Amino acid sequence: MSVLVFTENWDGKFKKLSFELVSYSNKVAEMLGTSTTAISIGSVADDELTKLGKFGAKKILKLENEIFKTFDTRAYSSAIAQIAQKEKAEVIVIANNNMGKAIAPRLSVKLKAAVGSGVTKPPLSTEPFVVNKKVYSGNAFAHMELKTGVKIITLAQNSFDLIETSNDATIEEASVDIDKSAVQTKVKDVEKQTGKLLLTDAEIVVAGGRGMKSPDNWTPLIELAETLGGATACSRPVSDEGWRPHEEHTGQTGKIIAPNLYIAIGISGATQHLAGVSSSKYIVAINNDKDAPIFEAAHYGIVGDAAKVLPKLVEAAKEAKSK
Amino acid sequence: MKILVCISNVPDTTTKIKFTDNNTRFDSTGVQWVINPWDELALTRALELRDDTSNSVNKVTVGHVGTSAADPTIRKALAIGADDAIRINAEPEDAYQVAAQLAEVIKKEQFDIIFAGIESSDFNGSTVGSMIAEFLDYPSVSAVSGLNIDNDEPVITREIDGGKETVTIPTPCIAVVQKGIAIEPKIASMRGIMQARTKSIKVMEPVDVDIITEVVTFEPPQPKPDCVFIEEDNPGKLVELLQNEAKVI
Repeated sequence: MSVLVFTENWDGKFKKLSFELVSYSNKVAEMLGTSTTAISIGSVADDELTKLGKFGAKKILKLENEIFKTFDTRAYSSAIAQIAQKEKAEVIVIANNNMGKAIAPRLSVKLKAAVGSGVTKPPLSTEPFVVNKKVYSGNAFAHMELKTGVKIITLAQNSFDLIETSNDATIEEASVDIDKSAVQTKVKDVEKQTGKLLLTDAEIVVAGGRGMKSPDNWTPLIELAETLGGATACSRPVSDEGWRPHEEHTGQTGKIIAPNLYIAIGISGATQHLAGVSSSKYIVAINNDKDAPIFEAAHYGIVGDAAKVLPKLVEAAKEAKSK
Repeated sequence: MKILVCISNVPDTTTKIKFTDNNTRFDSTGVQWVINPWDELALTRALELRDDTSNSVNKVTVGHVGTSAADPTIRKALAIGADDAIRINAEPEDAYQVAAQLAEVIKKEQFDIIFAGIESSDFNGSTVGSMIAEFLDYPSVSAVSGLNIDNDEPVITREIDGGKETVTIPTPCIAVVQKGIAIEPKIASMRGIMQARTKSIKVMEPVDVDIITEVVTFEPPQPKPDCVFIEEDNPGKLVELLQNEAKVI
């Protein structure tokens, strides 16, 4: 028996999310009285792999093969399923991100394993196996029983704190049997944003809405984000108007984020917007309408005009950061 | 080419979420039901492809697992422009069951491209589309934000962490779509509403599928402390609170 965690890498490197996944898996392993095995697909150096041990992985399986250069959902899920069977995994933990959402359902069918997706907390109990998951776009939680022998959990990013342990992990090469001809995804083109903090990775996010009045008013907002080491985001009307790129749209149909701090400027806070940001640990709202629903969701608020408040806020943030 | 768009019937996104029967069941009293927003975008793109004569897509069917209570939502999809619909007559219990039912229908009816929204706004599972793919052993691409057809081959844009990839996969295939696949959902015209009345909703009986998850109970989100207001001319106070009280900057 074991808990198997799939740790995605980005050009051979792990990021905080990978360690959150391992920390979480180790918590589940403790609850089950077993240990954590991590699986890494693609080319990752051993000293990078070792880092997974620090967060509780006892065994690290690396799978390097040309086939996996392209992300083909069938090949990846088939590889993880084979390893899960070899390792007698009782629980498989995967990130609830683009790659995880593509793999977990396929694994579920392959292994007839129930999935609890977008989970933010350790299981509520292991017998029966019950997870707590968000439903109705953040307006409620469901205690969901996973009734199969093997269970799959997809973990929401930035929802579980890192736990360092002193585990010494062993690294082993894994082998799987994948037919090359089954890989049917062909990549024609890749377009990457480089050097930019990803919205989903950012711990601080500064977002602007229609209350910003014009795309020309974004300079102090960007300055605030930069000062705080955060990323910028926007509401749907702003991206629909083309004031900001679509990648910045946070909300129900846009990106769902869970930073430590979310600053909403000139955003009224429609339910659809809140569905994308309600998991933020702290929400700050700046809006000139004191009745705006965003203040219901906010921990701190300023009723005022963005154009007036922002420059002063930037100044105060700069001063605080320089100390 | 034939496209199937899988649709889910969900409470309107502005619905106040309440539960009944000791918090074990969603309280649907007075709830307005709509097509799941992601499925609506999928349907919009499917119809754009059908109406574009430079490719061979000539039919768009919507598929749904649910009872006749969902017929008004299916009619809405027909009014927006889908050619016909298939409803599998079963109470949707969980993602695995829904995907298994849809997979059975796809086996019988054969489609070239199957569209599914990346998640539903009720259970937020993000699983049905890719589960269908696995049941059928079809190739699938998830996080799809663009889909064109070039010589009967889908050319797909998918979102990856920090960028986009353009990929191709052979048909039959599943595209699990998200924002970007279409910008604005298509709205039914008066003519569409009239035409929808005579379009067919084929009702099919379900196959036996195990239910592998069960909601034991629902709980409302934890109440949050009231918002602390700071004077407009004193943002320094906000920074101080964020630094010393919340400790997030």
